[in-house]
Amino acid sequence: MSAAERLLRPAARRVVLRHSALTRICHWINAICFFALLMSGLQIFNAHPALNFGQTTDFTKPLLSLAPNGFPAWATLPEVQDLAVGRRWHFFFAWALVVNGAVYLGDLLLRGRIRRLWPSASDLKSIPRAIMEHARLRFPKGDESLRYNVLQKLAYLGAIAAFPLLILAGLTMSPAMDSAFPWLVDLFGGRQSARAVHFLLASFLVAFVVVHLAMVVLSGPVNNIVSMITGRYRIEEEGHEA
Amino acid sequence: MKRETKLTRRETLLKLIAGGGALSLAGCGLDARSPAALAVLETAEALTRTVQRALLAPRQALAREYRPEDISSYFRPNGSTAPDDPNYQDALAANFADWRLEVGGLVENELKLSLADLRALPSRTQITRHDCVEGWSCIAEWKGARLASVLAAARPKPAARFIALYCADTLEQSLDGDGQYYETIDLVDAAHPQTILAYEMNGAPLPVEHGAPLRLRVERQLGYKMAKYVMRIEAIDSFAALGRGRGGFWEDRGYEWYAGI
Repeated sequence: MSAAERLLRPAARRVVLRHSALTRICHWINAICFFALLMSGLQIFNAHPALNFGQTTDFTKPLLSLAPNGFPAWATLPEVQDLAVGRRWHFFFAWALVVNGAVYLGDLLLRGRIRRLWPSASDLKSIPRAIMEHARLRFPKGDESLRYNVLQKLAYLGAIAAFPLLILAGLTMSPAMDSAFPWLVDLFGGRQSARAVHFLLASFLVAFVVVHLAMVVLSGPVNNIVSMITGRYRIEEEGHEA
Repeated sequence: MKRETKLTRRETLLKLIAGGGALSLAGCGLDARSPAALAVLETAEALTRTVQRALLAPRQALAREYRPEDISSYFRPNGSTAPDDPNYQDALAANFADWRLEVGGLVENELKLSLADLRALPSRTQITRHDCVEGWSCIAEWKGARLASVLAAARPKPAARFIALYCADTLEQSLDGDGQYYETIDLVDAAHPQTILAYEMNGAPLPVEHGAPLRLRVERQLGYKMAKYVMRIEAIDSFAALGRGRGGFWEDRGYEWYAGI
């Protein structure tokens, strides 16, 4: 058991400090930013509800089209069609996300916390078994519940990696950024490709959040949510008499 | 003892309900378009402008220029596509033979330039990508007089801080002339080598739907900055007195004055 998982109460039910204060604060700021960015992003998408690959827009052959209206009003911020206000929300929370994400990533990398998320060789071999256990909604107990399983590790790493790429794709839509860093355009193969990648990565993160929330609910919602607010996570011992 | 527990529980429950109510009230009552919310959100624009200007400054970065084969076969015209102003219609009927671009405001030397005068000034031809705030992009070749050359001839006074462009088109009909298109850019963009007053598009005179006879190109910003049907240019020290005071037709309707993103 690591130092961070400090033992607070030795009993059949132990409570450990699972998440650091910094992780908890970053998590909730990120959650607020994510929903503000997602909904204002859908508002911005609705101004031209189609995607293309390449440098320019082929209005006759879109890759994906949700014409004429795009996403429904309840999913957009603001609710009414208002591109100007949608952009205000998007860029404000984009800055907040970048600052918050930099703090989180700095903590993760500089303090070596990423090791908890990095899958080992044996982890990768256990992927099929982990899938079976998840499918049966069988969740580990005891100390094992503190360790991230291989599917969690891959999902978290995927989400953490998606954010910087998503931000880069977003910046590639900025004509000023493209002038300052022309390689951005080449990285994505064009401004419209970057717009499509931005959308696809956002869709991936939506899928991540859906699965994440489902897992929170299925594996003990109160314990999970309390641990992300206070840091305290309750462990149920397996085959251990109090 | 038991009563106390009950009370505590009831209190907790009430607190939870009140808390939940407050949260959902905030959720429903929060007006995403309220002036108070926008005042906070708009602080991000200054941050974006400062950072992007700092990134662009060291190399006086140019916008990417494309190859002739990259030119879009269809370039979507946006905003006004046929100004109904009678003076404009008359000038168009005469193929802009008697049309003059007025240059005034805080300048030493007011100018009236014909299309031939503009063509005689140092020009620049560039194949660039036009990014609309809506999200789409098209590529075209533009040829025009460098705005810096026009301003050099007009000699702005030291007090000049912005260049205002007044246009012939009205996007919104209103009694007070509020719907007239105009734009402002600062001297950083006005001096940029790719900032031109374009009179040609893809090797032909600028078509009416793209702003004939003259449109602005500010390549490192979004399309709405690139005013079409430019009739008059002024050097000004502040745009507070123009339109609704936010520096442009779309800026007056909530869009950012700095449109680099």
